Amino acid sequence: MGKTLAEKILIEKSGMDAKAGDIVIAKVDLAFVQDTTGPLTVRQFQESGMSLANPERTVLFIDHAAPSPNANLSNDHIFLRDFSRENNCILSEAGDGVCHQIVVETYASPGDVVVGSDSHTVTAGGLGAFATGMGSSDVAVAFGLGKNWFRVPETLKIEVTGDFQKGVSAKDLILYLIGKIGADGATYKSLEFSGDSISKMSMAGRFTIANMTVEAGAKVGLFPADEKTKQYLEGEGRDSDYRPLAADTDAEYEQIIEIDATKLEPTVSRPHRVDNTATVKELKGTKIQQVVIGTCTNGRLEDLAVATGILKKRRPARDLRLIIAPASRSVLLDAIAVGYIAELVEAGAIILPPGCGPCLGLHQGALGDGEACLSTANRNFEGRMGNPKSFIYLASPATAAASALTGEITDPREVL
Amino acid sequence: MLMGKAHKFGDSISTDHIIPGKYAHLRSNLPELAKHVFEDADVNFVNKVKKGDFVVGGSNFGLGSSREHAPLVIKMAGVSAILAKSVARIFFRNAINLGLPVLICDTDRINDGDELQIDLAAGTIKDITNGKELTFGKIPDVMLAILDEGGLIPYIKKHGDIKI
Repeated sequence: MGKTLAEKILIEKSGMDAKAGDIVIAKVDLAFVQDTTGPLTVRQFQESGMSLANPERTVLFIDHAAPSPNANLSNDHIFLRDFSRENNCILSEAGDGVCHQIVVETYASPGDVVVGSDSHTVTAGGLGAFATGMGSSDVAVAFGLGKNWFRVPETLKIEVTGDFQKGVSAKDLILYLIGKIGADGATYKSLEFSGDSISKMSMAGRFTIANMTVEAGAKVGLFPADEKTKQYLEGEGRDSDYRPLAADTDAEYEQIIEIDATKLEPTVSRPHRVDNTATVKELKGTKIQQVVIGTCTNGRLEDLAVATGILKKRRPARDLRLIIAPASRSVLLDAIAVGYIAELVEAGAIILPPGCGPCLGLHQGALGDGEACLSTANRNFEGRMGNPKSFIYLASPATAAASALTGEITDPREVL
Repeated sequence: MLMGKAHKFGDSISTDHIIPGKYAHLRSNLPELAKHVFEDADVNFVNKVKKGDFVVGGSNFGLGSSREHAPLVIKMAGVSAILAKSVARIFFRNAINLGLPVLICDTDRINDGDELQIDLAAGTIKDITNGKELTFGKIPDVMLAILDEGGLIPYIKKHGDIKI
């Protein structure tokens, strides 16, 4: 019997012949933390008495509170910098960008096992890495042993065919899928994407989809490594990190879900659950006070291009804040070079430093009582953006930009 | 044998409900952080909970962020086990790694405030208040071994390696 992508990678990294349901111990190629989960990881690591197995493959990211909004978080940052210096591991500074974006730009390769103390670690599945979020204790063990235990997940194959309509993108596809299977529709499982729409899809789109697979409960969201992956890694100056990777044609899937991309509509997650989806048409006219475009879900150059295309030479609606959070320093530099940043600033946008921005409610755009935000990020739980009395809608960069112009949820096809 | 009162929550309690991201600045001050446990789901939980009590959730308990602080502040509140119909993957592993049992069972049969008696070895939950008996799903051996040592870090300190 053939193997799924998840099975192939875990077999190679464990040296064991394994199938879905088995438990293996697999080598970890990259282990990382961020600044809100990292201090606990480091303390547990220190408590364990271990030393770093692979300092050059151990990365501490300062991205969630970057730059720090208060003294306590600044002290956590000092703690991480000190640990990095004393243990010769890598520190990614405030302003470098969100961990998940830098992991795909710089560190993760097809076939790697990547663990991070952040649930959106799944993003690197977009380039064919078995990348999964874990808690602080598990990442501390990966720091010290260079390995951890994994249950080989069952796989749901998502077969996507046809071309997207104008104004519809990868974000609409993943929101639609989560709405269809539910927030626990893939718990403990791998979501593996294939089909001609996926072959044609940009890496930015693949990362957006992989990033949100955890919102269906998935352990990993995997894409084959193909020509697009090769070109992406070459563009990052990492030619030698590429290798092709695909599931066997006779791999065994728990279920195959077919999606016709031509039928997808601009889609929105309503408060307070990601699987509480509706089409933009159904929500037309819903008032919003803030729009956020960016973060690890949709803060790549392609996303900023879409937003700029809609927003340039226009102005946001009255009483609306338009916030842009580029995913990384590299994305920001590229967006400056091609002129998007100037056009967005002229159109009234607030440009945040590369990082997580207001997504997790720490700073840079917390919501007031009764306010609603339309965000391109990945979560809309109650209180997520700092206030349980506020409302978060999730959508694509095109829908977010179109809605910024009107102050209400708007179909991007009306302004394209 | 574990004994305590059930504190019931609904479906889809996220780690943001358990410990909101806005308190990230307290994550290196755990006693202060723990005062906000379940603040966005039940603001009175922290005053009601007693040592040994149980958190009883619905489906997909603990979804969202990988923050291990979520099961950590539940444990610090004195909770001796979490019961739920189903639980999100990362949360499940995090709780076990902290030595906090997570039991999968039909929580519809338990009411808020019921007195429960749980025998982890026998795999039984007795609801003293309504007289019903429940069983819970088997915890994988690798996780039982971690639970037996009181968590993953104590396990590593003792064994120096992971075994399956």
